[in-house]
Amino acid sequence: MFGYMGKILRVNLTTNAITTEDLDFELAKKYIGGRGLGTKLYMDEVDPKIDPFAAENKIVIINGPLSGTATPTGGRYMVVTKSPLTGCIASSNSGGEWGAYLKYAGYDAVIIEGKASLPVYINIDEEKVEILPALDVWGKLVTEASDILREKQPGSKVMTIGPAGEKLSQMAAIMNENDRTAGRSGVGAVMGSKNLKAITVKGNLKPEIADAEALKAVTKECRALLKENGVTGGGLPTYGTAVLVNIINEHGVYPTNNFQGGVDPDAEAVSGETMTEKYLIKRNPCHHCPIGCGRWVKSEHSPDGIGGPEYETLWVFAGDLGINDMDVVIDANYWCNELGLDTISAGATLAAAMELYQRGFITDEILADDIALKFGNPESVVHWLKKMGNREGFGDLLARGSYRLADFFGVPEYSMSVKKQDIPAYDPRGIQGMGLQYATSNRGGCHVRGYLISPEILGLPEKLDRFDLAGKEVWAKAFQDLTAVIDSLGLCLFTSFAMGAQNYADMINEVLGTKWSADEVMLAGERIWNLEKLFNLEAGITKADDTLPPRLLNEPMPEGPTKGWVHKLDELLPLYYKERGWDEDGIPTEERLKKLGLL
Amino acid sequence: MAIKIKLFANFRDGRGKIVEMDYTPGMTGQDVIDDLGITAPEIAAVIVDGVDGKVDAMLAVPIKEDGYIAIFPPVAGG
Repeated sequence: MFGYMGKILRVNLTTNAITTEDLDFELAKKYIGGRGLGTKLYMDEVDPKIDPFAAENKIVIINGPLSGTATPTGGRYMVVTKSPLTGCIASSNSGGEWGAYLKYAGYDAVIIEGKASLPVYINIDEEKVEILPALDVWGKLVTEASDILREKQPGSKVMTIGPAGEKLSQMAAIMNENDRTAGRSGVGAVMGSKNLKAITVKGNLKPEIADAEALKAVTKECRALLKENGVTGGGLPTYGTAVLVNIINEHGVYPTNNFQGGVDPDAEAVSGETMTEKYLIKRNPCHHCPIGCGRWVKSEHSPDGIGGPEYETLWVFAGDLGINDMDVVIDANYWCNELGLDTISAGATLAAAMELYQRGFITDEILADDIALKFGNPESVVHWLKKMGNREGFGDLLARGSYRLADFFGVPEYSMSVKKQDIPAYDPRGIQGMGLQYATSNRGGCHVRGYLISPEILGLPEKLDRFDLAGKEVWAKAFQDLTAVIDSLGLCLFTSFAMGAQNYADMINEVLGTKWSADEVMLAGERIWNLEKLFNLEAGITKADDTLPPRLLNEPMPEGPTKGWVHKLDELLPLYYKERGWDEDGIPTEERLKKLGLL
Repeated sequence: MAIKIKLFANFRDGRGKIVEMDYTPGMTGQDVIDDLGITAPEIAAVIVDGVDGKVDAMLAVPIKEDGYIAIFPPVAGG
């Protein structure tokens, strides 16, 4: 078996049973790995209607066939479970080193089931796998817990939850290497519900490669593409993802004050250019990554610096809160990482809370005269993040996310979310294809399920008219399907700025010994997308959930280059369903499922 | 009258964030980049007076008398 390690580890936290199973190679190839195979393994064992916090729920933590190989960026892992935030399939992925190390330990996936009676962590050291007490790290912040576990398990990579996951915040993330995050959909809370604090992993095994010499040549070619590309060889290494602040703002699609506006005249203060000039210490790359977009920045929390914020984090703690202070954002990012919170949803929940305060739903009396949740108030940010992560006072309500918060006050429309998950840093009123992607994303509001910002704003691979609806359903499907493939391989999405389906097919073929064409790669992506859709349908998600917040459909953008526009989802959604081969209610047809090998 | 040229990322190197240039009737983005020593293939996105589009097309659009042009090299993220 090439590419894969051929083994799945199963850990039952109720019975303490630890077993291994052989990986079905044919099944693996059909769903690739990572997000695709993880979803298939999960769906084969768990009822989509399950309560995400039930002991019977499971978590599949899985790398991809290219993880741990020499391919560029091959170190990612995916966490698949049912989301306590959205009720949809959750597949949340993270960079760093952990995913590659799981492979070096000899496993393609770990399936976690049951619930421990007391806090535990799992230690994986090749064939030695143990469930160990975690009482001494339970309640601790991410860095402290990770440091203690690294001392106990020298040479291991640590993934852990923070207090937010222990306390079941629906926005809880899983952290690895301190500042890498499987951030979205509340996967950290599912870990917390099982009393599982962490997983440490190490090993020295390597996957067999079908044609190692040919892979070397393909890898060299792909690395050259990444180096020569203006984005992956220039913009991202130099400025990080923060370089987006200015270009998104200049197009008038940089949401401000909970999407009440789209232009921030002071955005430069939190731009990539400012970060590079005043805060950057060094790049902070993931495993085998020649791009190195990760930032290591100055902070009062450590004289050596800390992991820096990504674009979406900068936006949410700056423009979306009416604050433009890089120090506040770096601090907020630090506390989200330490508490184990998804920065996007945590920040967006503060934004929703500030709009509820602005409109009088949240009052000083409700806040017990604590710091006002007010747009433009920098003091409120970290103060309320800590209360959110620890579920203290009003923070307990904040910890449930923006939708549940706004719904509590009877006005869910002030949550800027899709399927209860907050949409990130790009206002779809001025990016029609991206809005369609938001509405149809299988994991709720998300920018990395089909990054149509590339063609609609950035001109990659070609510039589309961002207001024009023509063909956007075709672009959305293609981007969603290709993204599903990359997420399943164990690679970083940013490779797609320089590489196309044929490059991925070439790497897959040399690793697995297959002869896939680019079309077959895209078909696999479509299969994975439809598999996720089938889970959501069985979980009770319907066409009515494929929508956007009412503000974005009904309230024209009040300012800037996008002034006057709303999102035209009602025109695009039927075209998208048709393009996908689904019926008018968004249900995959028998014919399409047969074509995809899902029936 | 002067037009404003907003530069981003590495286009700022040696040029600054904002450059002002005397307005001449009919002047376009192409005139601006020629003056700044930037070539069209180096550019990923252009906005002229709040309107964006394909780079070549936008470089041919006349800039308003008190207008602006924003010029970006290849950038991305997510």
